[in-house]
Amino acid sequence: MSADLAILLAICVPLATAVGIQLAGRISDNLREAVTLAGAATLAWVVWGMLPALFAGERPALTLGELLPGIAIAFEVEPLGMLFAALASGLWIINSIYSIGYMRGNREKKQTRFYTCFALALAATMGIAFAGNLLTLFLCYELLTLSTYPLVSHKGDEATVRSARVYLGILLCTSIGLFLPAIIWTYHVAGTGDFIAGGILAGKIAGADVGLLLALFVFGVGKAAVMPVHRWLPAAMVAPTPVSALLHAVAVVKAGVFSITKIIVYVFGVDFLFATPSSGWLVYAAAFTIIAASLIALRQTNLKRLLAYSTVAQLSYVVMAAAVLKPLAEIGAAIHMVAHAFGKITLFFAAGAIYTAAHKTELNQLYGIGRRMPWTMAAFTIGALSMIGVPPTGGFVSKWYILAGAFQAENLLAIFTIIGSTVLNAAYFLPIIFMAWFADERPGGPEHGEAPPLVVLALVLTALLTLGFFFFNGPVIALEQQLVGGMAQ
Amino acid sequence: MDLTPHLPVLQVVVPLLSSPLLLLLRPRGLAWAGAAAVALLSFAIALNMALAVAAGIQFSYAVGGWEPPYGIALSVDAFSALILLIVTGAGAIAILAGKPSVDREIDAERQPLFYSAWILAMAGLTGIALSADAFNIFVFMEISSLASYVLIAGGPDRRALPAVFKYLIMGTIGATFYLIGVGLVYMMTGTLNLADMEARIGGVTDINPLLVAAGFITIGLALKAAVFPLHVWLPNAYTHAPHMITVFLAACATKVAIYVLLRFDFFVFQANLDRHDVQFSLFLMPLALLGILVASAVAMFEGHIKRLLAMSSVAQIGYIMLGASFITEAGLTASALHMFNHALAKGGLFLAIAGLACHYGDLRLARLAGAARSMPWTAAALVVCGFSLVGIPGTAGFVSKWLLLDAALDEGRFAAVLVGVILVSSLMALAYVWRIVETLYFKPAAQDVATPTGEAPLPLLLAAWLAAIANIGFGLFPQFPLELCSAAAELLLGHTL
Repeated sequence: MSADLAILLAICVPLATAVGIQLAGRISDNLREAVTLAGAATLAWVVWGMLPALFAGERPALTLGELLPGIAIAFEVEPLGMLFAALASGLWIINSIYSIGYMRGNREKKQTRFYTCFALALAATMGIAFAGNLLTLFLCYELLTLSTYPLVSHKGDEATVRSARVYLGILLCTSIGLFLPAIIWTYHVAGTGDFIAGGILAGKIAGADVGLLLALFVFGVGKAAVMPVHRWLPAAMVAPTPVSALLHAVAVVKAGVFSITKIIVYVFGVDFLFATPSSGWLVYAAAFTIIAASLIALRQTNLKRLLAYSTVAQLSYVVMAAAVLKPLAEIGAAIHMVAHAFGKITLFFAAGAIYTAAHKTELNQLYGIGRRMPWTMAAFTIGALSMIGVPPTGGFVSKWYILAGAFQAENLLAIFTIIGSTVLNAAYFLPIIFMAWFADERPGGPEHGEAPPLVVLALVLTALLTLGFFFFNGPVIALEQQLVGGMAQ
Repeated sequence: MDLTPHLPVLQVVVPLLSSPLLLLLRPRGLAWAGAAAVALLSFAIALNMALAVAAGIQFSYAVGGWEPPYGIALSVDAFSALILLIVTGAGAIAILAGKPSVDREIDAERQPLFYSAWILAMAGLTGIALSADAFNIFVFMEISSLASYVLIAGGPDRRALPAVFKYLIMGTIGATFYLIGVGLVYMMTGTLNLADMEARIGGVTDINPLLVAAGFITIGLALKAAVFPLHVWLPNAYTHAPHMITVFLAACATKVAIYVLLRFDFFVFQANLDRHDVQFSLFLMPLALLGILVASAVAMFEGHIKRLLAMSSVAQIGYIMLGASFITEAGLTASALHMFNHALAKGGLFLAIAGLACHYGDLRLARLAGAARSMPWTAAALVVCGFSLVGIPGTAGFVSKWLLLDAALDEGRFAAVLVGVILVSSLMALAYVWRIVETLYFKPAAQDVATPTGEAPLPLLLAAWLAAIANIGFGLFPQFPLELCSAAAELLLGHTL
């Protein structure tokens, strides 16, 4: 299979899956779930099949057509996008297994619509990952927002619709109000919006304008949840947990930080930004978000909201790493996307498992739950340790690289932020782990055991991935080395 | 016989002559069939000419062989071909698909009159776009306006009568202003033919009457085009007109007036009057900006779905004027493309609303709550067209907004303000469209409103979806309209030095 065809397939397979789910949903639930799993497996096969070409240094590309003169809808696979696509497509399989257990376990309504929108969201994610220029990226970015809206508002009651309105409002307003003008400005000054190694803006724009344009991009990409445009993420927690797990810990939020990293690397160019002082604010903004979000997380009493604020903080790790503008930090940004994805999806899976088995959502209900749900809480513990960055989990690897990059840039702010937030991460995760395993259960709670087997299977798999990433991260790092090939050390 | 050179005259003669004939088609349904056939034929002619123009042919036609400047001259270039496409396309779709809605609103025995007036309005609008002569433009303007008054007042809603009276008074003032302006120009140049005017106006030594003429013409046409703050006739006229007439007028009527305004200003005045561009930069641009913001803000709090979209139309006219007021090729291209795209979006929206109206007597938003549950396809078409109105990427509205923003960035020190206004108003559009979406999809139905028994009638549903698909299609492949629009912009600017 040629790699160009693979790009087209990567976008069309989830679309076809969505159609298939709609049709199969009218016949039987089992058939519908089979279609979902088959679609997810096919997508992973297609996407992962592109890896050898990438390792060989190829850059498969595909142009679908010109929208405006000189502005095409085009796709090009490069290491960062490949990583993102491989991650999202791989986790979609596990998440589908989990979804089946969760949605059936909780007897959710409108499951066909749920799976359809999920597949559409994956198609948009693939589009973002492989986008070859800013316009294509923007197109898929908006599609992702719109296709996830029905998932967030799934429950349909008034409180949910209100939260979903915040979700859609912030994401659409920032993208139309800030991201779009940034894109048009880029096209206007550079004459192109293609992602080209080394950037396209060097020499085209200078002085304070660089910082302003960067701000339009960073806050315009609301999905990256850099404060103050982070409010949509806690709001999105009203969605069913599989949505929070794959979309709001992996696909959607990673689409945000991925876009920012990609824009820094391929539009601005790392060396150009490093030489321009007006871009320096981004490290401060990201550092502020990391600390502030961690502090807010400390005060949460609802498990999913705590995880959401932890995600806000972790996303800014990626943004800060990218903003440190040194090769090791850019690699750190890329692998932190992977490490955080494995860890956070595990944590959300665990939260959903607790909800399915015991209908518990608050932290103070978790006393002694480790004895009733040992598998779930073991996975939760691994995920939490990865968030803190304790070896042997994936989180340690990425933190190592980000720290190394910060030292390379001699950026004290970044170094101390990482240290400080590690302490804070420990401060809000360790009490949960302690209370789950070592505290006595409060009397009067419901009798319950483990979550449904499919749910447990999924979260054990992702926990193993979190551990495994500590030991087997060589290929990922090798791939991302290409990203920083020509960069000044 | 090759009819191609005669297409311009056929474009206006076919509907003009068939309009009285429709009166004779008394038996039930025949008038509709006749009108639909005429409208389709007109659309075919317009499409043919548009394709020919895109291929580089320019039509100019002397009626009866009398050469201009003495005879009646018709001409078709890229700009008029675009307008003709919008007018006849909107007419054809609205007449073809609108039968169920018209059958509900217009008594069977009055239908021949109704369709006759409709075809007459279309003939007038095409005539305006075709005329190469300032006075004939006035004649056709009056034909189309008188027919439109009849159409708007023709529905069962008696509130349409005061609305149409207001429209009549203001429309007449507008037309009179235009006529006064044309008279003054005629006084100074001795000609009514636009091309001839352009040639002779440079030789006029006493410039004051021309300045007055330019003022009268601009104001008169701005009134007709509902440029803010001369838009007050529009919301009620659109709200209370029969639903299919709203579809037709919202898609094309004001755009034809803008077309004349731009044509007159750019062909006759811009090149020949010193500092005429001030009219754009100091007069029309601020009005456009104000119109965009105020009308969008009003739309956000409007409770009646048709009046909400009518206010949105006023804002969209602001976008069109804004693009034109840059007096650059990029700006005019964006402006022309926005005419086309807005016709697609607004036409589609009103088609879907006509579908809703078949089940809901009262179109206030509060009464439409929960409509998507029983009419999912109608509501979905409405959402897609609404996205195009907002300018969500992948829809036609996005393309013209992109071009408009790109053009605004060339405006030097005002660029940031212009971009800001366009973006803020896009967000306002998002707010009012989203209000409609939430009402249709999530609000519980009002207690005393009967649940609809099914979808909108099939023809309306199909037409609304055709518009929705066109919005997406032209959002992803805008080459054909874009080609026409950039040719039109080049043409308009070709007359400024």
